[in-house]
Amino acid sequence: MEHITLLLGIVIVTALVFDFTNGFHDTANAMATTISTGALRPKTAVAMSAVLNLVGAFLSVEVAKTISGGIINEEGIRTEVIFAALVGAILWNLLTWLLGLPSSSSHALFGGLIGAAVMSAGWSSVNGSTVVTKVLIPAVAAPLVAGLAAALATRLTYRIGSRADDKATAPGYRAGQIASAGLVSLAHGTNDAQKTMGIITLALVTGGVLAPGSNPPVWVIASAGIAIALGTYLGGWRIIRTMGKGLTDLAPPQGFAAQTSAATVILASSHLGFSLSTTQSCSGAVMGAGLGRKGGVVRWSTATRMFVAWGLTLPAAGLVGAGAELLTKQGTWGVILTGALLVVGSAVIWGLSRRQPVTHDNVNDVGEVDGGSDAGLDAVPADAVTAAITDDLKATIPAQPGASPEPAKTASV
Amino acid sequence: MKIDWAALGSVFGVSLVVTVALVGLFTLGIVGLSKRERATAQGGSAALAVSGAYACFALCAAAVGYGIYLIVA
Repeated sequence: MEHITLLLGIVIVTALVFDFTNGFHDTANAMATTISTGALRPKTAVAMSAVLNLVGAFLSVEVAKTISGGIINEEGIRTEVIFAALVGAILWNLLTWLLGLPSSSSHALFGGLIGAAVMSAGWSSVNGSTVVTKVLIPAVAAPLVAGLAAALATRLTYRIGSRADDKATAPGYRAGQIASAGLVSLAHGTNDAQKTMGIITLALVTGGVLAPGSNPPVWVIASAGIAIALGTYLGGWRIIRTMGKGLTDLAPPQGFAAQTSAATVILASSHLGFSLSTTQSCSGAVMGAGLGRKGGVVRWSTATRMFVAWGLTLPAAGLVGAGAELLTKQGTWGVILTGALLVVGSAVIWGLSRRQPVTHDNVNDVGEVDGGSDAGLDAVPADAVTAAITDDLKATIPAQPGASPEPAKTASV
Repeated sequence: MKIDWAALGSVFGVSLVVTVALVGLFTLGIVGLSKRERATAQGGSAALAVSGAYACFALCAAAVGYGIYLIVA
């Protein structure tokens, strides 16, 4: 560890911060429905998910060899590019958390990587067809598969269970739901903590600390696991509220069907060679379970906002990643400035979230707000958020032309 | 661009079948157990329903075990 430079140190810390945001962003996937149907109390649910994420991080030894799975050309990738990508991904994760919108953390990371790689080495560094096959098609397929499965399962369970008394069956459904949620948490820890391990290992290799092809050191595995578990335990309550209460109303049988569908889709997809996003599968499953019940409704305004966030994830994280890469290109001061902007941006978002905090105490209280679908958005005035975004973008992007040492000759062409 | 439609199709099929089968089994188990309560309330027993229910739960537990195996492997 003696050769770790300042830049490498910053990248490792940033990767762990991303891991942390990944944890609290994705708590909702496993636990939102578990909390909203009352299967587990909020604090118990996030604690269980955190432990399983930590266990998951240590379970598998096969660490991601690439961080982007071929979306960008990672040969000779500079450490600054990884850093810039992480900045884009973290800010997008925080912003969607502020709005209470579930969105894929992996897609945010891909977006950041694409933006930073394009800024660093041009469009040729991005593999366009891989973007389509690994991001766009799964983004459409995941909610469809999980939604359809959950809708059919919900219909079936109501048909079979109609002869039994609701009160007698609810504890059973809740137990089943907890098991499914546990599987989702475990799978999440294994997949996503490994992504961070992959990033840190790649950075260490790029920085010459580790030999190429070596396995991650134990401290990398442990810190990645702990970061994701801490994030999970903190709980992204805003997103949990949207997923558990905002999209639809779930009774125990629906929660069970939704969570089982999500767990099945996640495991089936990652082992049949067509990876689907956890977040998108879970959101789809929740909506499917909502529609599968007779008289069930999905609040399409919330769903639409979520779809828009999915569509924006890649370009938005990419834009921030590109801006950050433009800054880090300028040298050490650029890297430090980017780090400072990341801290300021995160602080602003956190500050905005304090205006109307969502915690484990009020995560299930949506009823009193008419059109509770606005769970997350109500919390913050839209213009304040837009101001925050433009602040971030202004801070990262237009700062360049003045700061850049090159003459602006492109302007005269 | 090569889209692996076969893989996507099998994800679709497997997810649908497994989800519906598991949820169906589990619901049968729950219904079976609730029959016991009704039966004991009336002074009888529902041995068949109860053993069927435990068989359903065992299958579901096996599925969870297989899921954990998939995650670890």
